[in-house]
Amino acid sequence: MSDRRIIPIGPYHPLQEEPELFRLEVDGETVVDLDVEVGWNHRGIEKLCETKTYDQVPFVVERICGICSTSHPLAYVQAVEDAGNIEVPERALYIRTLVAELERLHSHLLWVGLAGHFLGYNTVWMWSWKYREPILDICETVTGNRNHYAMMKVGGVRRDILPEHVDYILSRLPEIEKFADLIKGAVLDDPVLHARLKGVGVMTADDIHDYGAVGPTSRASGVPGDVRRDDPYAAYGLVDWDVICVPQGDVFAKAVVRVLEMYETIKIIKGCLEKMPAGEIDSKPKVVAPGEGIGRHEAPRGEVFHYVRSDGTNRPIRHKIRAPTYVNLPTYKTSVIGESITDATIILAAIDPCYCCTERMAVYKHKGDPNEPIMTGSDLVRLSQEKTARLRKEFGL
Amino acid sequence: MIEDIVKEIKKAVGKWIKGVTIKNSQRVYIDIDPAGVREVATYLWKDRGARYSIATAIDNRTNFEVQHHLSLDREGGAMVSLRSILDRDKPSMPSLAPVIKASDWIEREMSELMGIEFVGHPDMRRLLLSSEHWPEGVYPLRKDFKA
Amino acid sequence: MSLKIKALTKSPWVYHLCAGGSCNNCDIEILDCLTPRFDVERFGVTLIGSVRHADALLVSGIVTKKTAPLVKQIWEQAPKPCLVVAIGGCACSQGMFKDCYTANPVPLDELIPVHAYVPGCPPKPETMIAGIVKLLGSLTK
Repeated sequence: MSDRRIIPIGPYHPLQEEPELFRLEVDGETVVDLDVEVGWNHRGIEKLCETKTYDQVPFVVERICGICSTSHPLAYVQAVEDAGNIEVPERALYIRTLVAELERLHSHLLWVGLAGHFLGYNTVWMWSWKYREPILDICETVTGNRNHYAMMKVGGVRRDILPEHVDYILSRLPEIEKFADLIKGAVLDDPVLHARLKGVGVMTADDIHDYGAVGPTSRASGVPGDVRRDDPYAAYGLVDWDVICVPQGDVFAKAVVRVLEMYETIKIIKGCLEKMPAGEIDSKPKVVAPGEGIGRHEAPRGEVFHYVRSDGTNRPIRHKIRAPTYVNLPTYKTSVIGESITDATIILAAIDPCYCCTERMAVYKHKGDPNEPIMTGSDLVRLSQEKTARLRKEFGL
Repeated sequence: MIEDIVKEIKKAVGKWIKGVTIKNSQRVYIDIDPAGVREVATYLWKDRGARYSIATAIDNRTNFEVQHHLSLDREGGAMVSLRSILDRDKPSMPSLAPVIKASDWIEREMSELMGIEFVGHPDMRRLLLSSEHWPEGVYPLRKDFKA
Repeated sequence: MSLKIKALTKSPWVYHLCAGGSCNNCDIEILDCLTPRFDVERFGVTLIGSVRHADALLVSGIVTKKTAPLVKQIWEQAPKPCLVVAIGGCACSQGMFKDCYTANPVPLDELIPVHAYVPGCPPKPETMIAGIVKLLGSLTK
């Protein structure tokens, strides 16, 4: 008798924030195939953006995803600026970088927490979310909201950073560095996590190239891709920082990349605050000249891609959006097959999936007998009883 | 620098190239013959090590346009877009998915939302919309679509 | 006060339901209510994995055509009485996604009964707590 079974995760599942359906085909406890169905969260934002003006679109793309809520507007305004050859004042570039890095900081902490939760290590979850709050406080002070900052606009930024904000951020940074040390200790020095995450869900550099994966997913497999360095924008070429890249490719490596990146982020924030010049924050462009442009930003999860085509009117005639999870999620198929079912969730969590960004997937091939039924609750009870009976016999109870 | 790269691309797959626009040092648009998309993209992706980023389908009302965006991460990070112009009545072009896995989803998406056929795609099913709630042959991203 | 209402309001267990088209921010802020700064678990509010244990559903995001039957099914599976709280602008009024081609023509509050609306994009954790306190207060009065 074949032990091939299908275990559905979703569309509504306690581990997931958003609806998404994964059908894991398991043989015993080993995952042998996978089928993912997306589209539950598909809203048609690309179409919606064609009906909005250039100044309205940042508010729409901000709401693609609440966690990358400054990444999408940043990539979008860069695409429009590329299409219309619009200049941006230098101070605005620094403010963009600063807000984007604050977002990366809280997003990585959020990931560490959720990864801990997926592993049943709720202490890490509570800790990292507790220490995420001071960063949200900074965001609220500087931008006016905890998330959805509404800072980006074509030609510059909407709000200036005041001198007292600079002092406030600087006064809170040492505390945040201390939290980063704590999280680093809790995650990277924990023997249980080493045992649980090392060698799990390994992806090679070739897999990364095949799937075009981006962000920490690629940098944990020895592919040092980072748009901030490869194609510098905003103030990333003007401050000092390093790309974190490790070769192992397993889940632990992804955690290492994200935790160490928090230190680089703090470095960038400090650099921005030091070097930020005085001056205008908005070049106030009146029209977007006809043309096409591409804007990219390294979001916490990887490269965000926006393509905008303008015909000289006040709204884009085509706006294409590609979020990082769109290319990272298909890699789940290579990383999870052959692994144990208990590791399936953390391997998925390792790419930091964001379905609201992606919203797009279904790969399902039934390798066994196509007539074989999906297990019901009573079948599982029966299986469990059979196993207990077998074990009792084995141990002579 | 980018001019040298374009020269090399022309030398390798020049027979499919109809024109090149170098917008700036980081953005290049190459007009290609749709029939040669697989050869040009494979050259960039395999031989030059470019990362396949995504594709964009555009409804120009008189025709359809598909742009495959590849990022030359190892050679200065320029974005190369391969532009193919397709017929309005029966848009169709060769699929990249058998060679480049990264294009699997986006081709399914373009076929579903824009109605472009990708010949040779191994798994052309719907990606985002479910067949229960969305009729066949209605493509929401086309300009003539009315909700 | 009846025993049923007392049991419902004493330590409400909440089930978080992302109706579909959501940007995830409300969902994250709901989780934020449970973490140390706000820590509503002090009052017996806890997030549970199955709707069959729920006293209240926290719904975020617009209902899409694809999720509409599921949202209805989840509501039917919940033990009654069960409270439904629409969290955020999208769940309250479909927000900016009202004209999307995938938005369900029937909004959330016509699909299933909604007992309280917490507007905001996203509502702050304090707002959500205030909304739920008001709702519970209206039941025990």
